[in-house]
Amino acid sequence: MNKKQKKMLIRILVSAALLIGLHFVPIQGIARLGLYMIPYLIIGYDILRKAWKGILNRRVFDEAFLMAVATIGAIAIAIYEKSGDFNEAVAVMLFYQIGEWFQSYAVGKSRRNISELMDIRPDYANIEVDGQLEQVDPDEVEVGSIIIVQPGEKVPIDGVIVEGASSLNTSALTGESLPRDAKAGDEITSGCINMTGVLKIQTTKEFGDSTVSQILDMVENASSRKSKSEDFIAKFARVYTPLVCYCALALAVLPPIISKFILGMDANVSQWVYRALTFLVISCPCALVISIPLSFFGGIGGASNQGVLVKGSNYLEALAQAKYVVFDKTGTLTKGVFEVDDVHHNKLEREKLLEYAAYAESASSHPISKSIQAAYGKPLDRSRVTDIQEIGGHGITAVVDGHQVAAGNEKLMTTLGIEAKPCHHVGTIIHMAIDGEYAGHIVISDVIKENSKEAIRRLKKAGVKKTIMLTGDARSVAESVAKELGIDEVYSELLPADKVAKVEEILASKEESTKLAFVGDGINDAPVLTRADIGIAMGAMGSDAAIEAADIVLMDDDPLKISKAIKISRKCIRIVYQNIWFAIGIKVLALLLGALGIANMWIAIIADVGVMILAVLNAIRALFVKNL
Amino acid sequence: MKKTYKIEVDCANCANLMQEATKKVEGVADCNVNFMTLKMAVNFAEGADPKAVMPVVLKECRKVEPDCEIFF
Repeated sequence: MNKKQKKMLIRILVSAALLIGLHFVPIQGIARLGLYMIPYLIIGYDILRKAWKGILNRRVFDEAFLMAVATIGAIAIAIYEKSGDFNEAVAVMLFYQIGEWFQSYAVGKSRRNISELMDIRPDYANIEVDGQLEQVDPDEVEVGSIIIVQPGEKVPIDGVIVEGASSLNTSALTGESLPRDAKAGDEITSGCINMTGVLKIQTTKEFGDSTVSQILDMVENASSRKSKSEDFIAKFARVYTPLVCYCALALAVLPPIISKFILGMDANVSQWVYRALTFLVISCPCALVISIPLSFFGGIGGASNQGVLVKGSNYLEALAQAKYVVFDKTGTLTKGVFEVDDVHHNKLEREKLLEYAAYAESASSHPISKSIQAAYGKPLDRSRVTDIQEIGGHGITAVVDGHQVAAGNEKLMTTLGIEAKPCHHVGTIIHMAIDGEYAGHIVISDVIKENSKEAIRRLKKAGVKKTIMLTGDARSVAESVAKELGIDEVYSELLPADKVAKVEEILASKEESTKLAFVGDGINDAPVLTRADIGIAMGAMGSDAAIEAADIVLMDDDPLKISKAIKISRKCIRIVYQNIWFAIGIKVLALLLGALGIANMWIAIIADVGVMILAVLNAIRALFVKNL
Repeated sequence: MKKTYKIEVDCANCANLMQEATKKVEGVADCNVNFMTLKMAVNFAEGADPKAVMPVVLKECRKVEPDCEIFF
């Protein structure tokens, strides 16, 4: 509680106590009015002042004005009717202030909760000056400086480890609780917490460009991009309050006139004025205006705690309607690293064949060559290989240990006049010939991520209509991956421009009310990410391009987070709609009952404040998304 | 030119009103008040001096919400 809130709480308690106490004081007339004015002014003086200022600035229809008019009106009626019932006016003011106090407390509390969830902002960086550690503002550290991160400290700036090894806790960034190992030479992302060893890091970016600053900036600005629901509420509030005020005026004036002059009955002015004042009490749109942005804020905060960064409330809203999820294959559903799967038809031992292949490919840095070298697994002695010739689009020939080795595709074998045995496996096939004789082939394929299959299953379970995979890869590879994962549609052998065209085609054919999400690895998929209704980038740790182009960023490579993000967005939107219906419903009901004279001012204020408190509590639920 | 200011305001509707009031101030091209983060992002019009515009913004905001505060 801050100072303002504490002061308010005291005012609420004092005036509540006085109000109850006065109930037992048997005084009538002016003295009674005077006594009741004490709690009324204690609780309401600032409202009255604000209302007065509002009138001076020609601004009526704000809450303070409405409350002032309603309560002063209630006092006037009590004097006019000589009922001496001043309870009502004081109570209305009291409940109104309780509502305001609660709102300010709850919002402040969730504001703090969310900033705690996002507690990744480093306060300082350590640099070494004359052998002594000195704490400086991370903003002042220049690119290329060496910073030192001790166990328990946050890594303040992106960089490369030059000395030391440690495990890193990346949970604040990725939601992943398993620590990640880091050693000299590794790139390191700011926002991680160093757990075990001292690290010396050479910075590669300025603090402002580092991952941690970008993430914080994004999350803080996220609720500025307003959703349709928020826009609707803002517009609603602008219309609702004046409308209710005019209705109140009509209610105070029209029925008495009609009864008196047309029906010839008693005008009963004070009764209708009382009903009109009840109207004014219900006219505050606060429950809606506060709870909708709070729900989105909570949803975005909760999501970022799970390693899902959402760039705006509008994207969260769109994601909840996502029925089509389009994936990129390489790097998204698969690891994007090639591995040797198998060796077939080999005349030699598997190890021997791989050894020849690794030597033949030793000069190449192509991912496929790398995967063969990795499968061989031993250091390469370059002096054993001579006469390397790379034949573009075909393969490589070389002399290894005096043997003529050829490694490449079927075309290479054909040009060498060797018959290659076709392979029925899916993947990239490297045929091998040694001394002019066919020696078997190596099957290399991209590895599917462990969670991909489960991710697709969960998306289906979450109500996604169609999953589609787009890839530049060969058809056979694409189809086998799609089959294994249970993806509905596959489009293969696409160039980046084709992907955009394909996404546009799907966008045009889908139902109006549904949305299309594209999931890519963020580096080469930028155009498609921008074109889709919702662009989701994966594995953004350290990739600026992804943070730029995407609307939603998954901080780690885990495809399971996609269904999680959809669930978070659905929960958030559900809460938003609950609040909209609940708040508007209760208000309309209270207005009706008020107009009919069934609901008095007590019920009106309790409906108003009660709805607001319940809506705010409901909105705070959006924060809790851990177990979705 | 876009600048972000910290603000203090108690109710969400008042924040909306402040945003609308600020948009009408001369020299302001656009304004976005974020009640949740208590921040006001002001997009100044070409050639407008924030130092001259902001006091007017504060004055206009005080008219709709007397308790508000903008730190500039």
